[in-house]
Amino acid sequence: MANLASNFIGIKSPNPFWLASAPPTDKAYNVERAYEAGWGGVVWKTLGSEGPPVVNVSGPRYGAIWGADRRLLGLNNIELITDRPLQVNLDEIKAVKRKWRDRALVISLMVPCDEESWKDILHRIEDTEADGVELNFGCPHGMAERGMGSAVGQVPEYIEMVTRWVKKHSRMPCIVKLTPNINDIRKPAEAAHAGGADAVSLINTINSITSVNLDSFAPEPMIDGKGTHGGYCGPAVKPIALNMVAEIARNPATRNLPISGIGGVTTWRDAAEFLALGAGNVQVCTAAMTYGFKIVSEMISGLSDYLDDKGMGLSDLVGRATPNVTDWQFLNLNYVTKAVINQDDCIKCGRCFAACEDTSHQAIAMSADRTFTVKDEDCVACNLCVNVCPVQDCITMVEVPKGGVDQRTGRKVGDYANWTMHPNNPSVAAAE
Amino acid sequence: MPNSPQTPGIVAQRLSSDQVVQNFATYQPAYAAHEARVAADRCYFCHDAPCMTACPTAIDIPLFIRQIATGTPDAAAKTIFAQNIMGGMCARVCPTETLCEEVCVREVAEGKPVEIGRLQRYATDSLMAKGVHPFTRAADTGKRVAVVGAGPAGLACAHRLALHGHAVTVYDRRPKAGGLNEYGIAAYKSTDDFAAREVEWLLKIGGITLETGKELGRDITLAGLEAAFDAVFLGIGLGGVNTLGLAGEDLAGVANAVDFIATLRQTADKSALEIGRDVVVIGGGMTAVDAAVQAKLLGAQTVTMVYRRGKEKMSASVYEQEHATAGGVTIVYGAAPVRVLGAAKVEGVEFAYESGETFTLKADQVFKAIGQTLADAPMARDGKKLVTHAGKVWAGGDCAAGGEDLTVTAVAQGRDAAEDIHAVLTGTVR
Repeated sequence: MANLASNFIGIKSPNPFWLASAPPTDKAYNVERAYEAGWGGVVWKTLGSEGPPVVNVSGPRYGAIWGADRRLLGLNNIELITDRPLQVNLDEIKAVKRKWRDRALVISLMVPCDEESWKDILHRIEDTEADGVELNFGCPHGMAERGMGSAVGQVPEYIEMVTRWVKKHSRMPCIVKLTPNINDIRKPAEAAHAGGADAVSLINTINSITSVNLDSFAPEPMIDGKGTHGGYCGPAVKPIALNMVAEIARNPATRNLPISGIGGVTTWRDAAEFLALGAGNVQVCTAAMTYGFKIVSEMISGLSDYLDDKGMGLSDLVGRATPNVTDWQFLNLNYVTKAVINQDDCIKCGRCFAACEDTSHQAIAMSADRTFTVKDEDCVACNLCVNVCPVQDCITMVEVPKGGVDQRTGRKVGDYANWTMHPNNPSVAAAE
Repeated sequence: MPNSPQTPGIVAQRLSSDQVVQNFATYQPAYAAHEARVAADRCYFCHDAPCMTACPTAIDIPLFIRQIATGTPDAAAKTIFAQNIMGGMCARVCPTETLCEEVCVREVAEGKPVEIGRLQRYATDSLMAKGVHPFTRAADTGKRVAVVGAGPAGLACAHRLALHGHAVTVYDRRPKAGGLNEYGIAAYKSTDDFAAREVEWLLKIGGITLETGKELGRDITLAGLEAAFDAVFLGIGLGGVNTLGLAGEDLAGVANAVDFIATLRQTADKSALEIGRDVVVIGGGMTAVDAAVQAKLLGAQTVTMVYRRGKEKMSASVYEQEHATAGGVTIVYGAAPVRVLGAAKVEGVEFAYESGETFTLKADQVFKAIGQTLADAPMARDGKKLVTHAGKVWAGGDCAAGGEDLTVTAVAQGRDAAEDIHAVLTGTVR
């Protein structure tokens, strides 16, 4: 069994699976049970400044979207940072960390955007012996209206400024948690890097309305007839998170900045994908909130088996796919594939035909006996048929080898050539 | 409970009343809402879907299933009823395993089709439970049509004609409308008086007058109807039954399966029905299966269905055969009856295999289910059935040529005849 021991910016944990700062990590009871279940670390639910505790709504805090069989695909929440007294949290963090030395325990923080507030909270948590801090510049609801959370995370200058304060007033490793509610994720990451952050974590939740109650005409979750945007998470956000992780990992300015990957990690495979794109570890919340702490067992066994199968160590996987993330303009325009339908596997549902005929390139023929075949002369290899086919691997994309003829264009498949070399590219013409 | 399955002879109350009620109520439970959503999600929404082609009434199955999946079962029901006004009964009695579900791509791929029949029941039950009739009758055309036979063909025809604004009078020889839905379908498939409720719901379209207790040839004549109406539709079913033509056939204890089934349907307390200890059913169709299965449900100790040909020739589907055997019925294939044995009453039946070897089954009750026939021919025949159209007269359902003798086929033929009649009466075609 592969060794999953993780060292993320000097913070050690027996595996790279941490629980993200969220309701599952808001008290000793939960965190200890998570550790017992096998979680490598937790980021304690965000602490705020000393003072009257934060107040949450007492109506529904979560909204959701579901797939077949009511499988939860996306969750949104309007819960704020911890609503427990600061000292209670600090005492529990200290006790838990002493009891669980081998596990990672990072404290998430969110205080007003002034140096005194940050200095004060950092001094208060020093005594807990926690392994690090995560700056919550991400939450898009509630706290953002008070100038915190994503209100900071959307302004790179603020990120840099606060990160500097934190590094100035604390020796603890500092992770900056980024909001995805921004145009270019590279900018806040660069700002965190410039401020001296040891790592970034992403993504925090996405601004969202999950559904509208069509009887009350209000968004869900509905509080006394009104609703507000919440933070969206869960399996549905994974593709967005993967892209943002990759953008930071391949950005020359932040290439060596460690990343804690967050966003819809539900299985070992999701985790492995984040790691391959450059995340040093992953944080999980929605999967635990949906299925309980036990799911980490599957993540551990799955990742371990995968690494064993590949003969790789954990560190070999991190960033393994990053070099293969590129810009569109560098894709090989001379790479030609054609869809091929395996007639033995085909169940004759005709979805490939409907998709191609109605919405794509009319490149699939249907016979009277419901045999579906690809017309190579029309197939642009868009892959839509592959994606709508209910039978996995029934339709595959087969490469036309170099020197072979693309029946659609009548041209021979040539050597690698991308858009920057293409005669139709005005920039190429201008350079001549 | 004075008797038990072991009590000799033909007696009532072999099982407790509660047990019989339970036996007839547990065939195929209705879906709960979540079950329906999950089942609906299995549908691939096939292009030019094979299920739709296989349905004699051509219901847009992928569409209605998608409507269930999106939480609009009433819209799903309208999709169904637009093609098949008896979609509720068809959902209960269609041999889906040989129609839509047989060709479902998931049946082909996995041996587990989308449960189209049960989904159809979910949708149709949903709308019918609200007592809503989803169609509105067109303005009166002044045309009058007579429909003979208030079975699936006649009622489907009457409904479509009424929808188009024609005035329809439906005649039926029995005291209740519904035809085989009321008198012929196995009781465990049409629970809670569904057939009667469906007729009542169907008639809400308006413009249909029901005249029960009126038999063609006795109370009314075809010539009289042709004179009095603009068009006539015959959906008279198959009134006759085939006989064995064997010695002993008239012994006490030998009966027609169709009569047994009809009695079952019209009896509220089924435990009061008499049934034999050792029951033999002769035949291999749905009627034979229904008689055999229900004999068992009433508490018969042994029920044996004997069919003269092989399993693959049996007109009852494999699903129905398995349902029978799972219910305790023994099926003997490849044996033909030679004679019915007994002195004052039936005591057994002698059969012969194709090899000529004979054997005797002990029996105190025998049901004959070897096919039904067109008793009289009120109009020209096409082989053993009526022609579907001649002059002012149309025919459909079991009595008419074409298609299998199924409820769903009868509905399709009745509906299509109505469209044809409508086209003629409105001068669209001549």
